[in-house]
Amino acid sequence: MKTRLSLNQKSTLLSLALFGVILLVWQLATLPQAHTVAAGVDPEYAALMGGGGATAASSFPTPAAMGQTLWDKLSDPFYDNGPNDKGIGIQLAYSLVRVLGGFFLAAVVAIPLGFVIGNSRVIYQAVDPYVQVLKPISPLAWMPLALYTIKDASASSIFVIFICSLWPMLINTAHGVANVRRDWLDVSRTLEVNPLRKAFRVVLPAAAPTILAGMRISMGIAWLVIVAAEMLVGGTGIGYFVWNEWNNLSLTNVLFAILMIGVVGMALDSVFGVLSKRVAYQE
Amino acid sequence: MTASLSHPFLQVENLARIYPSPAGGDGVTVFDHVNFRIHKGEFVAVTGHSGCGKSTILNILAGLDTASTGHVFMDGREVAGPSLDRGVIFQSHALMPWLTVLENVSFAVKSRWPNWNKQKTCDHAMRYIELVGLKGAEHKKPSQLSGGMKQRVGIARAFSIEPKMLLMDEPFGALDALTRGVIQEELLKICAETQQTVFMITHDVDEAILLSDRIMLMSNGPHARIAEIVNNTLPRPRERSAIHKHPHYYPIRNHLVDFLVSRSKQFGNLRDAPDAPSSPTVFDPVDLLESAVSTEAEAGHTAPVGKPHIHLVNA
Ligand SMILES: Nc1ncnc2c1ncn2[C@@H]1O[C@H](COP(=O)(O)OP(=O)(O)O)[C@@H](O)[C@H]1O
Ligand SMILES: [Mg+2]
Repeated sequence: MKTRLSLNQKSTLLSLALFGVILLVWQLATLPQAHTVAAGVDPEYAALMGGGGATAASSFPTPAAMGQTLWDKLSDPFYDNGPNDKGIGIQLAYSLVRVLGGFFLAAVVAIPLGFVIGNSRVIYQAVDPYVQVLKPISPLAWMPLALYTIKDASASSIFVIFICSLWPMLINTAHGVANVRRDWLDVSRTLEVNPLRKAFRVVLPAAAPTILAGMRISMGIAWLVIVAAEMLVGGTGIGYFVWNEWNNLSLTNVLFAILMIGVVGMALDSVFGVLSKRVAYQE
Repeated sequence: MTASLSHPFLQVENLARIYPSPAGGDGVTVFDHVNFRIHKGEFVAVTGHSGCGKSTILNILAGLDTASTGHVFMDGREVAGPSLDRGVIFQSHALMPWLTVLENVSFAVKSRWPNWNKQKTCDHAMRYIELVGLKGAEHKKPSQLSGGMKQRVGIARAFSIEPKMLLMDEPFGALDALTRGVIQEELLKICAETQQTVFMITHDVDEAILLSDRIMLMSNGPHARIAEIVNNTLPRPRERSAIHKHPHYYPIRNHLVDFLVSRSKQFGNLRDAPDAPSSPTVFDPVDLLESAVSTEAEAGHTAPVGKPHIHLVNA
């Protein structure tokens, strides 16, 4: 008897199988060694009590412990017991606010500027060297300057996000605007469309897929950078949480945070995936 | 001020286009000494080999390009940029792929009459969409349409702004022969209804004969010129299936084909002669018939009888 599975069904099955394999390998790799950890003792507790040394091998959380942590943390994500003990939801919210703030500011600057640059070859060539020099700078390199001038940790992280989000959006907008098909511009010229209407009804929709691709890259980078930035400046946010839990030697929490960073990053990206589909057009 | 009756609607004076040579020398003169006139309601076709500068001339008429020397006057005013008075149908249809058919046409209508409300704009656009036989497809995106349908939308868009003049650059060049035939007939009908003044570039001799009142023949570049003008005396209304039965049809067709095959190349030698004609030779089937009779007879056709009596236009 032959059963026919659709492509989606096959890939879902394979995904689940992979998940099972990962769990199994993980479980096997973290099997408690008889002489170090007594049965029934919480491995995390044991790890904390025992410190490094002999028990280091088994201080890595087991899938079961991880599951327990996931459950605990996600069932109460918004508690706040002072600076070093906040729910994961709150920490993520801090990071998201910074990322969205910096990203939004960058979009406000980069998209209009990209329009101007993309519309004029002269300005394009004049600005290009600056962009080429500034673009490869690690956004974290700006951190000391930001802290020195802004003097506020949170605002400095927002600035770093701003800087790293700026370039992909700027470059893509300029590129998208500069490469709008001549035909469409000629159509709007023969129809005597005024510049503002042309910008919004012709150039923007024509360049939208390229602009959005730039925004998507920017958002991806911003989400990568915020973790590092918050590790540096401390205080709040998912990056600080990771660093704090590392100092607490709670690998379970670090692992949990890593998982959350991945999930949120994926969610942010899929938002842009949906937007991209919306503005896509087929020639 | 009112333009006098004898004043042509469109007047092109001494147009030339010179591209600077990359080496910094004299530059390449694509065409020069281009002079012609188009009267109101007239349909003029231009044909000639690729690269002789037809599209450049059309773009200059549209205001999308500028001439190196010379002037274009329409309705007594010099053309100095694109205008809603001159509608353009692009070969590549140039529809905006993110807009539906209706939105594409409405975009043009809204540009022409910015103060119209939504309903009026939409109704007007729909009228032209129906005119080109696309009712029912108005909410489709261009990517969902066939090549012929896309070009129809381009036609609807150009006509919808009711321009004083229509410019078409090989509008049906990319279509298959069957579709082309159908759209040509539609265009013929719409032009008859609207009395549209048209300047059209075409590579298709039969298309030129079917649609136009006059056919301008361009010699090969560089230094291309309008070498000859053929008065198309086939009576209107014309029908694709019937025009070849008219006695003027083959003389005109042969004359055009003959130009494209041989005379277009030779013009360059004539041009530089001291007694070169300063304006294009005008051919009329009245004259053509006499010279064509013998060849037609040889080809097995019956010699046309009767005097031609339709002279639509004089250059
Ligand atoms: N930027 C340019 N530099 C030099 N020559 C050009 C340039 N653009 C177009 N040409 C020349 O102008 C001529 C006319 O082109 P075009 O008007 O498109 O001809 P057609 O429409 O009759 O085929 C061509 O021979 C082309 O080589
Ligand atoms: Mg051309």
